[in-house]
Amino acid sequence: MKFRLVPIAALLAAALASPAALAQKKYDPGASDTEIKIGNTNPYSGPASAYGTIGKSIAAYFKMVNEQGGVNGRKVNFISYDDGYSPPKTFEMARKLVEQDQVLFLFQTLGTPCNTVIHKYMNTQKVPQSFVATGATKWNDPKNFPWTLGYQPNYQTESKIYAAYILKHHPNAKIAILYQNDDYGKDYLKGFHDGLGARKSMIVKEVSYEPADPTIDSQIVQLQASGADVFFNITIPKFAAQAIRKAYDIGWKPVHFLNNVSQSIGTVLQPAGLEKSVGIISTTYGKDPTDPAWDNDPGMNRWRAFMKKYHPEGSLIQFENVYGYGVAQVVHQVLKQAGNDLTRANIMRQAANLKDFETDVGLPGIKINTNPTDFAPIQQMQLQRFDGKTWIRFGEIIGAK
Amino acid sequence: MSRRQLIVIAILLAVAFALPFVVSPYRTFQFTLVIIYAIALLGLNILTGFNGQFSLGHGAFYAIGAYCTAILIDQAGFPYWATLPISGAVCLAFGFLFGLPALRLEGLYLALATFALGVSLPQLLKYKAIEKWTGGVQGIVIAKPEAPFGLPLKPDQWLYFFCLVVAIVLFFVAWNLLRGRVGRALVAIRDQHIAAEAMGINNAIYKSLTFGVSAMYTGIAGSLSAISIQFVAPDSFNIFLSIIFLVGIVIGGIASISGAIYGALFIQFVPNIADEISKAAPWAIFGIFLIAFVYLMPYGIAGGIRIVLAWWAQKRQNS
Repeated sequence: MKFRLVPIAALLAAALASPAALAQKKYDPGASDTEIKIGNTNPYSGPASAYGTIGKSIAAYFKMVNEQGGVNGRKVNFISYDDGYSPPKTFEMARKLVEQDQVLFLFQTLGTPCNTVIHKYMNTQKVPQSFVATGATKWNDPKNFPWTLGYQPNYQTESKIYAAYILKHHPNAKIAILYQNDDYGKDYLKGFHDGLGARKSMIVKEVSYEPADPTIDSQIVQLQASGADVFFNITIPKFAAQAIRKAYDIGWKPVHFLNNVSQSIGTVLQPAGLEKSVGIISTTYGKDPTDPAWDNDPGMNRWRAFMKKYHPEGSLIQFENVYGYGVAQVVHQVLKQAGNDLTRANIMRQAANLKDFETDVGLPGIKINTNPTDFAPIQQMQLQRFDGKTWIRFGEIIGAK
Repeated sequence: MSRRQLIVIAILLAVAFALPFVVSPYRTFQFTLVIIYAIALLGLNILTGFNGQFSLGHGAFYAIGAYCTAILIDQAGFPYWATLPISGAVCLAFGFLFGLPALRLEGLYLALATFALGVSLPQLLKYKAIEKWTGGVQGIVIAKPEAPFGLPLKPDQWLYFFCLVVAIVLFFVAWNLLRGRVGRALVAIRDQHIAAEAMGINNAIYKSLTFGVSAMYTGIAGSLSAISIQFVAPDSFNIFLSIIFLVGIVIGGIASISGAIYGALFIQFVPNIADEISKAAPWAIFGIFLIAFVYLMPYGIAGGIRIVLAWWAQKRQNS
């Protein structure tokens, strides 16, 4: 008798714990008893097609989910179209997904201009534009755009982490900044200013460059002449390599902070010279598939098993495949939380209700949190320092919340 | 025009006007894009098909038209319809000026010069000095026009009709221009420019003006695209756009006015079909379509239809 009560008690507990399970089923277009339709655009062709593997790994992830029985018994139908990184095409494809395919919501649409073109449309249609694949800060604006939600740490968040570190460890520093003169560079710069707050006067020199400039040698000389002992390097890979080499060659040895955009060893530090890059500080939030530290990591092993079985044509050293798997796990969690209330409003509600969620591929301790006034899921990163061979992570996970 | 042609055109117009009441708003939007592409292709066809001047950079004029409209709406508060004549005039002037030095370039060299224009413009749009108007890489977002005068039309339907009426006017003007003296002069220059000159045609002025008019058509198409997509950004006008225009006029039919419409249908719908067939290699599928069309209809779709009609007429005569 005693034992027979156990399953009943467990059932009761489960029912009490998840009132959604008892609640009546509610559906918007794109959801039914058997299926959940999710829409996506990715650049499978064109100049940004290197990113297209993100869309493919997400599709592979849902193939795996469906084989394992789906989400709450429903199969996920992931519909992804090629937009070639061309905003007009993204607009057309987003309309196709919403109006013709009638998806429940959009997920991981990729690229800053491609998300800008559908921003207003998605919000007037009241269809979620969730976990967009871009680092711009404007996606976290729940007041004006309640149907759009970001994903990865935005540029301003990252800048604030450097600012906090400098305030703590180099409180008397004189800071020099080199930045690219566009929205990306200015986004970083604004975050840095905000992070320093009242101590903004620590910045002794700010110089910009144009992406079309051939070199930035003269900018580095100017920065050295300012007498700065901390250097914040907001540049894309080509210029990052130039800056590292030039600073070393003219004998300027500041504490060097390099933005996450240019942390690739292969395309930045090697061309600049590994010995010239020793001591550079940057940030990261995901497990790098080439880092030997994760060779026996259970999360990365699950990712490798997934890649082998469901996405065998994808590269095992490409970070984009790790990224796609990670973000798919997040939306999987949202769908689980949504239960049988598969309305667009509830998808947004659950996407804005993630509590300390961790993916297999995020750094240990990186927790995904959202709430109705905060649509920026990942806001934590860890600092890392280059030792001449590889990046060594140090300190704890830092959040900018 | 024969009576039969008039009847065909009347039927086509009736279908075109009925379309947005039959299909979904999304399809209406796609057909709006077809109309816009048709205008752009007509512009390129006037230049390349009728006058024999190659352009691999017409995406640039499309972009200039789009940006003119977006900036006028965004910065100067113009109503969207009032921007069309202005961006048409700007593109006419720009095309004419570009056409002057281009006169010294023939065939492949002109193709290269226009390619340079098409490939550089998206980057120039990001230039810092003009960023406060162009919005730099961020581009410009504009509002979606609503139907005026309380017409009982949805915004998508209204946009469709707006573009359709502009297209009808522009096609009529082009038809009028090309069937008369000017059209014969253009074709004469294309076929044998020395003989044309000997007959008293001013090659220089005709070629530059053709460049201007062609740019104006494509620029107006760009304006309409900005209005219907409500966003412009440098990434929207990469060099691929210019090349796809060229594909459109060849597939539709070189030196054919109706060919612009067939070409527009092709460049709008075939890439989508290709994407649905294969995610891994959509452009390989597109390439197969392209080769199939060129093989089956060497004179474009317009040429193919002409051949079929002629064959049919002859068969009727014989029997």
